[in-house]
Amino acid sequence: MSDIKSKVTKIIVDKLGVDESEVNLESSFTNDLGADSLDTVELIMEFEKEFNIAIPDDQAEKIGTVGQAVEYIENNKK
Amino acid sequence: MELKRVVITGLGALTPIGNTAHDYWEALTKGVSGAAPITRFDASKFKTRFACEVKNFNIQDHLDRKEARKMDPYAQFAMVVAEEAVRDSGLDPEKLDVDRIGVIWGSGIGGLQTFQDEVIEFSKGDGTPRFNPFFIPKMIADIASGLISIKYNFRGPNYTTVAACASSTNAIIDAYNLIRLGKADAFVCGGSEATIYEAGIGGFNALHALSQRNESPETASRPFDRTRDGFVMGEGAGALIVEELEHAKKRGARIYAEIGGGGMSADAYHITAPHPEGLGALSVMKRALQDAEMNLNEIDYINVHGTSTPLGDIAETIAIKQFFGNHAYDLNISSTKSMTGHLLGAAGAVEAIACIFSVQNNIIPPTINFQEEDPEIDNKLNFTLNEAQERKVDVALSNTFGFGGHNTSAIFKKFVD
Repeated sequence: MSDIKSKVTKIIVDKLGVDESEVNLESSFTNDLGADSLDTVELIMEFEKEFNIAIPDDQAEKIGTVGQAVEYIENNKK
Repeated sequence: MELKRVVITGLGALTPIGNTAHDYWEALTKGVSGAAPITRFDASKFKTRFACEVKNFNIQDHLDRKEARKMDPYAQFAMVVAEEAVRDSGLDPEKLDVDRIGVIWGSGIGGLQTFQDEVIEFSKGDGTPRFNPFFIPKMIADIASGLISIKYNFRGPNYTTVAACASSTNAIIDAYNLIRLGKADAFVCGGSEATIYEAGIGGFNALHALSQRNESPETASRPFDRTRDGFVMGEGAGALIVEELEHAKKRGARIYAEIGGGGMSADAYHITAPHPEGLGALSVMKRALQDAEMNLNEIDYINVHGTSTPLGDIAETIAIKQFFGNHAYDLNISSTKSMTGHLLGAAGAVEAIACIFSVQNNIIPPTINFQEEDPEIDNKLNFTLNEAQERKVDVALSNTFGFGGHNTSAIFKKFVD
């Protein structure tokens, strides 16, 4: 597991109270991991903090799965 | 229109001296102090370094981690006592008309810790706003009543009463009035507060409101004692199920007591100091008795506001003497804040519970820590000093007064069908 994926997974497990085994690259925050719209906003903020990046709102709207988050972070990390 | 009768059918409490309603009552009758050095944060630089914290409490025994994380401690406390009271009353949302069951909840401040921590976090940054999306819904003072309704699907009237240290008595009186008028069948009502954080202790310290008896926390809350030097901050919550009598009977509910009446008034005098002659305190007791259609001599016990502040205890005592006249010497008076500390917006709820158990058990919980008479207070009054007293208690009156000059009094009486 990439370092980014493991950090992303850790944040998701912590914030959504799900089991690590439920978190796959294909998992949708809302459909599979039980997040509501506020949870999703909080996840994006946590990713920004953890990886020291800024995710603009129009980009954040496109991040709906674990894989999309990992991909965005990989492409935009400093 | 004939007014309905209103009874209490469920209780829940989380306090510095007991984590359920029954444990709380037992500790009250034994004269236990809930005060100790602050463990919540490093208070070493604060003038007051002790408080009455809730003890041996882990929210994860009550709520799942994900749920709890989105709630300020004040709302977590609310959920815990609401659950105890709902379970105690046997109210079953599946079997009842949930459109006629509401929630009225009191809190003096709301999510103080959440507010404090989010602003600290923001101030550490470069000015870029990165507020957590749960900041506002965690912090606002009405979220506890919303959360309780969501959990039980209670769709009746729902709001929060904010009147500082009188808040939850307002909640109880509002619930009582709405049921009396036929607007609802039952309410979960009460209040919760969680302010033992830097902003709470520091803020009340700046007002010179808190005791600074750091060398002896457990004796610091000493209402009516000459050497009292301020209140001791408490925290926690109390919940009552307030229900229309016929509704309660129909479902075979156990009835603890009946609500006799309620009064509300304002000092219209000063933001934090009580009226020196206790005018607001006097008028609120008078209104409660008028509302209950009772005579002075029917009151057996007054659970006073009695916070252990130099001015407040004198003003309240003057009001009691002036209003009750000779009967003031016959009734029992006590300040259970001597044991619990001051639960601010939750004080009215937990003190209502003390009154209800007192009425049910014919025991007056004491005012502990009394040592020296204050020449400015009439010590011929029976303050139930240091030990509980047994007496027949048909009617108890609970006084709560809040910063802003808000006064509320509620009357609880033995239920006689």
